[in-house]
Amino acid sequence: MTWLWLDTWIVVVGILCALSTGLLGNFLVLRRMSMMGDAISHAVLPGLAIGYLLTGERTSVWLFIGAVLTGLLTAFFTTWINRNAKVEHGASMGIVFTSLFAIGLILMVGAAGNVELDASCVLFGAIELTPLDVAWQVSLGGVVLEIPRAALVLSVVLIINLLVILLFFKEWRLTSFDPDMATANGFSAGLMHYLLMALTAVTTVAAFEAVGSIIVIAMLIVPPAAAHLLTDRLVPMLIWTALIGIASALLGHLAALTIPPLFGFEDASSAGMMGVVAGCLFTLAALSTPLRRRT
Amino acid sequence: MESSEAIWRTVLLLDYNTRLVVLATALLGLASGLIGTFLLLRKRSLMGDTLAHATLPGLSLAFLLFVTFGGSGKSLPVLLLGALAGGGLGALGVLWIRKYTRLKDDAAMGIVLSVFFSAGVVLLSMIQKIPGASAAGLESFLYGSVASMVLTDLYVLMGAAIFATALALLCHKEFRLLCFDEHFALSQGWPVRRLDAALLGIVTLITVAGLQAVGLILMIAFLIIPAAAARFWTDRLDLLLLISALLGAVSGWLGAGLSAVLPKAPAGAVIILCATACFILSLLVGRQSGLIWRVYRQTQLKRQTTHQHLLRAIFEMTESRPESAVTQGALAARRSWTRRELCRGIRRACKRGFIEATASEEWKLTPLGIVEAIRLTRNHRLWEHYLLEYADIAPAHVDHNADTIEHVLDPGLVRRLEARIGKLYPKGHGMTPDLPPSPHQIAQSSERSSS
Amino acid sequence: MSNATQDHRARPSASTPSAISIRDLTVAYQQKPVIWDIDLELPKGALIAVVGPNGAGKSTLLKSALELIPRTAGEVLVDGAPFRKQRHRVAYVPQRESVDWDFPVNALEVVTMGTYRRLGWFRPVTRACRERARNALAQVGLADYATRQISKLSGGQQQRVFLARALAQDADIYFMDEPFAAVDASTEQAIVELLHTLRSAGKTCLVVHHDLATVPRYFNWLVLLNMRVVKSGPMDETFTAENLRKTYGGKLSLMSDAISAFSQQAKS
Repeated sequence: MTWLWLDTWIVVVGILCALSTGLLGNFLVLRRMSMMGDAISHAVLPGLAIGYLLTGERTSVWLFIGAVLTGLLTAFFTTWINRNAKVEHGASMGIVFTSLFAIGLILMVGAAGNVELDASCVLFGAIELTPLDVAWQVSLGGVVLEIPRAALVLSVVLIINLLVILLFFKEWRLTSFDPDMATANGFSAGLMHYLLMALTAVTTVAAFEAVGSIIVIAMLIVPPAAAHLLTDRLVPMLIWTALIGIASALLGHLAALTIPPLFGFEDASSAGMMGVVAGCLFTLAALSTPLRRRT
Repeated sequence: MESSEAIWRTVLLLDYNTRLVVLATALLGLASGLIGTFLLLRKRSLMGDTLAHATLPGLSLAFLLFVTFGGSGKSLPVLLLGALAGGGLGALGVLWIRKYTRLKDDAAMGIVLSVFFSAGVVLLSMIQKIPGASAAGLESFLYGSVASMVLTDLYVLMGAAIFATALALLCHKEFRLLCFDEHFALSQGWPVRRLDAALLGIVTLITVAGLQAVGLILMIAFLIIPAAAARFWTDRLDLLLLISALLGAVSGWLGAGLSAVLPKAPAGAVIILCATACFILSLLVGRQSGLIWRVYRQTQLKRQTTHQHLLRAIFEMTESRPESAVTQGALAARRSWTRRELCRGIRRACKRGFIEATASEEWKLTPLGIVEAIRLTRNHRLWEHYLLEYADIAPAHVDHNADTIEHVLDPGLVRRLEARIGKLYPKGHGMTPDLPPSPHQIAQSSERSSS
Repeated sequence: MSNATQDHRARPSASTPSAISIRDLTVAYQQKPVIWDIDLELPKGALIAVVGPNGAGKSTLLKSALELIPRTAGEVLVDGAPFRKQRHRVAYVPQRESVDWDFPVNALEVVTMGTYRRLGWFRPVTRACRERARNALAQVGLADYATRQISKLSGGQQQRVFLARALAQDADIYFMDEPFAAVDASTEQAIVELLHTLRSAGKTCLVVHHDLATVPRYFNWLVLLNMRVVKSGPMDETFTAENLRKTYGGKLSLMSDAISAFSQQAKS
């Protein structure tokens, strides 16, 4: 195994992704909306299609904006159906994202005609390729640092998320724990819900585009869930999430480089491996805390 | 119109080429509609999503092993077995997390989905490096297409759908218990865990069978949308199962038929949108809790409440002097209605001929209004007395908006109620003999004198 | 029946201003009214029990007063102004089952949530807030449990944490939904003492209660509710076998409890 600059960047991007999504994931897990990431990953298709149809390019800001908007729409419709039509949250989410995905498919095939459609259509980014897309070159004491675009984007997203979480920390805590009491006290639970949904949409779409969807969905849920098992307090839960996310990214990439050779393969998907390692860490967390039986 | 004729030919199964495809899709819709109902009631609608994603590692592993031992890897039974194993393991994972940790269902499903799919991505990335072994078939397994189904696929699909339907119907009573009250089922000695696992087993089976035929997203949609749509039509489980299965079958039938004549449009997407159309329709006009009915009932209720309040208010304010009039000011002071509510109520009552103006902003009941007011007041007071007499069971029965109390309560009971009231207040109160007195004292003189 | 001259919803005279006045409140789910024509004038500084059979709409009354569920008709005034304007003066203790007790917070943090309203948006929790929360926690006898995660508290202790959170709000009016449900004897005692402390501080407490046997001992104002108000008034006038029968119907098992409590009260 040889470790290159490339590998460092992959790990850095992986960590940035884990931190920015994990931060929000804590609140999603606590509010029982863990499947939101998966839903948005499928639901952004019509936004992408419309963005593509309007601009005719495969990479443009409009695609990003279209995706974020449909992500928001998913959250909005899900909540609307859940509240007004009294359909259980998971089910309304499923209805919305499958329908949006279907619309997206038809838009793409119907209007663009020749666009190849397969799995990669949704899982668009690839973490292994991020170092090649350099956005910025800085020289530090003679060493030229080529910062990938994905790292920049994810850093910006991470900073935004951190700021919003810090600014509203006590409101997040209150509205997640006891929405009725929060609303009676004048802290609108609905408002905070939509703020979280907006952040989730922006973050997941930015991260899908940078590193691909599966790692985003995994990092959104698995580290926070493991952290929830390890601690009883909210702030330590956030810290544990960050630690588990960092470890998953680092160990995941290492595993992708070292394990496949044992079976005669050159290497394997780093993004997938990061998700698998996160799963292993979750299992460890679950086994290390006293298991409890529930009826 | 050639195309509309083609659609009809397909939908009516006259076209030989598409007959089987349409039938198989409809059967799949029927089976998933049935099973999806149980998932919905168990608040695990997204389980199909999770299990569908969880099949990927099983699938890839089966492929990998087969290739390593010299096979082509494309053999359907092997892939199906692998997918089943992956899905089954995923289901067990969800149950395990749910049972032994503090995490809720949604987190358990999300974890299994993402971790299993990650493992699948890892395996796929390795398969793609095997020289000569094309993994393209694997991806189409996951994102399958109706059009590319071959005859064996169809038979597998139909077999699985029929098997799942039969199993779901067979265990219908047990699943109902499981979904309705887990704890009660447990206390009755039912093996709740095993039932839960059995339900998820059927879901896995149907998902795997459907995956390669109609694709991941359509499978998820089939398991959720018909069940959720059926919920708007009924509250009863048996009907719910029936309607959900029907909606699933219809959307499968129509969707597959439509897409057969629209070769450019992806079949899965067309079928999903058919199901979504069913859902939106049900959401709007569903008889049990459709939106239009709900909004209609709500406005109707508000109106009716104002109407009843208004007539009763005028009536009670003038009970001893029925021909006298009340001012709008006195009415406004009597209840906490907004000016707009009151004005609207008065306008409507005028229009229907229940009250008439005697002077500007002064109103009195017309003879018709008096009859109506007596009916309302009688109902209201009887309800009040019913609540007092049968307090323990009454809350479940009271329906203040029924035209007469006899529509809800047994007339004999109403007569008994009236007799009891007559005994309590032997002299008779109110204007007519069949008008029972109010059980509480009525605000009267102070407000009227102020007018 | 006497001549119907007395207005049953007349405002109390100036000497006893009402803390909560509910006028013509009707709430309906679907098309079925859950509560109708609720008229209540509840005096300041009273310990008010809301009592009624299952399905009588007790929780609905509280929630609609707090504007958590929409009303079909009617209005609720807190100290003469709509609830919306008096939000900061009202504290709400929801039913214990309404939240997820696995949530990663400890007892002190839950109680501190009671001070958020005073802080307003954005402003972080200050040391003073935490101090006030600590005092509230001590007041319910849980000072030693401040750092314990809430799922590791007993049911009674969880209830006390909720009460402490309401105390930390430093409100004038307290809405409590079944605080006595499934709690141990010592918690019950603690809650009762707390209610009396609140009363002597001039606060008003509106408590949904289910145990007829203890109603006359714990409270001094009674609201008998069964979809509509059967009776509302001072405890000694209102807690009569006749009124209870009108509220609960002919359930003998319940009645015997109540009647024994009733006779106890008569003796004292």
